[in-house]
Amino acid sequence: MYRDDSEKMNQKLLGLNGDEAAAYAIKQVNPEVVAAYPITPQTIIVERFSEYVANGLVDSEFVAVESEHSALSACVGASATGARAYTATAANGLALMWEILYIASGMRQPIIMSIANRALSGPLNIHNDHSDSMGARDSGWIQIYCENCQEVYDSHITAWRIAENINVQLPIMICFDGFTISHTMENVFTLNDEIVQNFIGKRVFPKITGHLGETDLRLNPTCPITMGAMDLQDYYFEHKVQQHEALLNSLEVIESVENEFSEITGREYGLIQSYMMEDADVALIGMGSVMGTTKYVVDQLRSNGIKVGLIKIRCYRPFPKEKLVKAISNCKVIGIIEKSLSFGSVGSPLYQDIKTVLYDYEKKPLIIGYVHGLGGRDTSPENLKQIFQDLLKIDNLTKKIGNQQYIGLRE
Amino acid sequence: MSKLKKKSELEPGAIPFKSSKEYETGDWGITYPKIDYNKCTKCTLCHFFCPEGAINVREDGYTEVDYRYCKGCGICSHECPVKCIEMIVKK
Repeated sequence: MYRDDSEKMNQKLLGLNGDEAAAYAIKQVNPEVVAAYPITPQTIIVERFSEYVANGLVDSEFVAVESEHSALSACVGASATGARAYTATAANGLALMWEILYIASGMRQPIIMSIANRALSGPLNIHNDHSDSMGARDSGWIQIYCENCQEVYDSHITAWRIAENINVQLPIMICFDGFTISHTMENVFTLNDEIVQNFIGKRVFPKITGHLGETDLRLNPTCPITMGAMDLQDYYFEHKVQQHEALLNSLEVIESVENEFSEITGREYGLIQSYMMEDADVALIGMGSVMGTTKYVVDQLRSNGIKVGLIKIRCYRPFPKEKLVKAISNCKVIGIIEKSLSFGSVGSPLYQDIKTVLYDYEKKPLIIGYVHGLGGRDTSPENLKQIFQDLLKIDNLTKKIGNQQYIGLRE
Repeated sequence: MSKLKKKSELEPGAIPFKSSKEYETGDWGITYPKIDYNKCTKCTLCHFFCPEGAINVREDGYTEVDYRYCKGCGICSHECPVKCIEMIVKK
């Protein structure tokens, strides 16, 4: 992970859970406005951050809003004036923000939001799956899925540079699994405040031509502009395609910002992470904390000489199509494991995306979709080992196995 | 459609490139106000009540309706203390 000990030495090792890692990173970023409403399992972020505010450790204006709808609205308003704005939520809180999600991305506001992934009601469930953020995959936000607390910390620093890039100007959701990451304490290497501040720098603005001439894309009384105004049949279409292109262009920006970050920290993540894929016959593709468990299982199987590998999708929106196709080019069979169910659809979201991408390529691996861990059900190493074993003898199974399988479901 | 800007010519963030002055909303209304200057007392209440800012005060102290922006709501006519503003249906 580190090129030498000096990189490690310059970083302070703290025991933080995922929520605390997010709050600690945001404390170091010191955004002008934080507006958030506590909801399990994101609560600790709001608690810690309000402590930082009360103790005078940050300059942020903390807005104790009455709902998530207001939380994101406050962030949109703050961000439009040129402030850095941060919020955090989960599940039903994200659902209540829905209307503003599209307004934030449509107004091109680089807001950073943490999501401690949790199942959507009803029935009421506070535990982890990806049904909340998966529903928001088409809202025009960049979506980053983290595997562990270290990745949560690092993502909350790099995100600002990505979102605020002149060619991007889009909000980012940093998703990490509720409880599995949010409430699990791990060793996290943290940078010192000054290095974080130097890395993120000051917020930059694209130059635009308003009706009074050239100005920054922000609300400024000396050169007023209108944001989010009526946009009908004449221009809405063009503006939406612009937004789509900005999201696709962000792939490049994400990579370059992460490269720069790895120069300081020695930690590299990338859009996707391939593990033991060079000669793998069978691979599992997935997102979030379960990929850590999958690495453990891959190591076990590899020690028995079985050629398996995994790909962790870290950046889900924009979808890293080229990287993925390259990574799986030698694979014969692929299992896609995901913690969400797309009701009435042909498969879960990641499965749909990957199958769609591969339709255009001649070399198509066999793909099986697996839904696991809904409502926080545990996915054990044994479950994953079973999937690998099923996939390894897939030639005999092709007729028996369907497109969508469930792991750990009592049928 | 030909005079509309292309996608590549547009600013990010869907910022309107015209000021609201260029959107002439006066054609929305079905009625328009007509001031009877023989009765008008230059009180300028209509100027202050107009929700669109479409009634200006002239140098001579009388008010004048800017029909490019008047939506014909009739608030001026309702508020006028000497009832000198008549709402006329457009033909």
